[in-house]
Amino acid sequence: MQFGIFSVGDVTPDPRTGAVPGDTARVRAMLTIARHADEAGLDVFATGEHHNPPFVPSSPTTMLGYLAGVTKNIVLSTATTLITTNDPVRLAEEYAMLQVISDGRTDLMLGRGNTGPVYPWFGQDIRQGIPLAVENYALLRRLWTEDVVDWEGKFRTPLQGFTSTPRPLDGVPPFVWHGSIRSPEIAEQAAYYGDGFFHNNIFWPLHHTRQMVRFYRQRYEHHGHGPADTAIVGLGGQVFMRKDSQKAWDEFRPYFDNAPVYGHGPSMEDFTRETPLTVGSPQQVIDRYAAMREDVGDYQRQLFLMDHAGLPLKTVLEQIDLLAGEVVPVLRREAEAARPAHVPAGPPSHAERVAAHRDATASASDTADTADTAGTTAGSLA
Amino acid sequence: MTGSQRRVVVVSAGLSEPSSTRLLADRLAAATVADLHARGVAASAETVELRPLAHAVVDAMLTGFATGELADVLDRLYAADAIVISTPLFTTTYSGLLKSFLDVLDRDALSGVPVLLGATGGTARHSLALEYSLRPLLTYLRADVVPTSVFAATDDWAAGEGDDGGGLAGRIARAGRELAERVAARGPAAVHDPFASVADFEDLLPGG
Repeated sequence: MQFGIFSVGDVTPDPRTGAVPGDTARVRAMLTIARHADEAGLDVFATGEHHNPPFVPSSPTTMLGYLAGVTKNIVLSTATTLITTNDPVRLAEEYAMLQVISDGRTDLMLGRGNTGPVYPWFGQDIRQGIPLAVENYALLRRLWTEDVVDWEGKFRTPLQGFTSTPRPLDGVPPFVWHGSIRSPEIAEQAAYYGDGFFHNNIFWPLHHTRQMVRFYRQRYEHHGHGPADTAIVGLGGQVFMRKDSQKAWDEFRPYFDNAPVYGHGPSMEDFTRETPLTVGSPQQVIDRYAAMREDVGDYQRQLFLMDHAGLPLKTVLEQIDLLAGEVVPVLRREAEAARPAHVPAGPPSHAERVAAHRDATASASDTADTADTAGTTAGSLA
Repeated sequence: MTGSQRRVVVVSAGLSEPSSTRLLADRLAAATVADLHARGVAASAETVELRPLAHAVVDAMLTGFATGELADVLDRLYAADAIVISTPLFTTTYSGLLKSFLDVLDRDALSGVPVLLGATGGTARHSLALEYSLRPLLTYLRADVVPTSVFAATDDWAAGEGDDGGGLAGRIARAGRELAERVAARGPAAVHDPFASVADFEDLLPGG
């Protein structure tokens, strides 16, 4: 199982000091956080993509390309990449480039984006959100898997004899997740293609998470990608830890009370009860997150939101140390012990996808003389 | 009595205790249930007071999800065969608490559901407030709002029926009858399942 962090890159005043980082400082803090996560042994760093203040990460592949050069092992990902307002041609090029530069340490998570005004900034219309997501992703897949593409659709100019470069690393594109908080349609899209489904449940109660993940698993099986329990699931998480749990509560409360999204709303007591937010000792975080599998099944990726709500960089780095040092090793061991052998431990790595692609290509050429190879699974990327 | 028990959920948005808004709600519910019984349809009513849910409603507006007692109330509302809404009129319109409560409902949850509207206010000058404020909102939610809505001014509680049956009791009886007719004509409420209506992805693809 993979454990990592994801960032929205919000610029939020520290409620204890009133200090507001400038955009430059915030971007550099994200870079420091990602490098620290790699050194601490976390598996994934994912950045959001936003085009409006108070968020800074507008250009994910620039950031992740730099990080590819200064990190060793960590998988570089997104949370999320906007499949609606980005031109799929640019996505195909940029993420193939990132995949090559990072030598396969890349995957990406697609999302629609729910901020209406962003759409026209990029020449699109939020009322077309779902048709855009459907058409753009179908084109993105073709640009990665077919060397020369002729294409015509509704939302961008046609392509004739177009080749997206660089071609994906070893001829196999990055693994794709589809992220959704409340749209079952996105779970359906992930299931249709046999892609991963990431449910960012950090602001939502577990019964909702359970329904969304169950729906994706059922549809994954329905679309012929394998048993429901082998579908590739990721969840969000949110924690604040100190060795002494009362200290964690006291320290985090002003950040909670003033946080974007839920600040000035429910009490921290209510919110920690109803959502995955866990404030307390590392052991309390372990207990809470080890139990997630009871509601959603064995899953493959757990990302935590750590740098938000104006928390100082120093505090965030301490949180990463606690997470990587005390929490993740135990969660990893427990997840591994509980996982049935046929359930994937993590999302497929680049090497695994290359091997699967080779096997699929070999068996396709074996049967090419005698059978119609179009019968291979509709959504398989391999 | 025939068929399964029909459930009328009564939402009372009054803020004071005791409240004339609650009193109106109870009488509308009783009229509806009595008329259903007269038609041989088993029915019962349960009342939800919004006042104790006020903080939870605001939290749900801020976080996007309902918790605790409010979550239970929403589940019962989504499963209702009919809904009675009774609100005080504040500064010419229904209460802000009622609007916030309606704002946290799933957008499709009231689609096709028979609804009866009631309001209380100081004087008869506000008699049409339900027609220009609350009825359009419920129409937007595609609820099946019965033609008679009941506005009760302070005077109405003291007035008799008069000769034409146009007093408060007569209006309540007529509104209850209209709601009962809709409920009786409609099968029992279907279970509200947001996952049931998701299109197969194949159908979303061009040519699908």
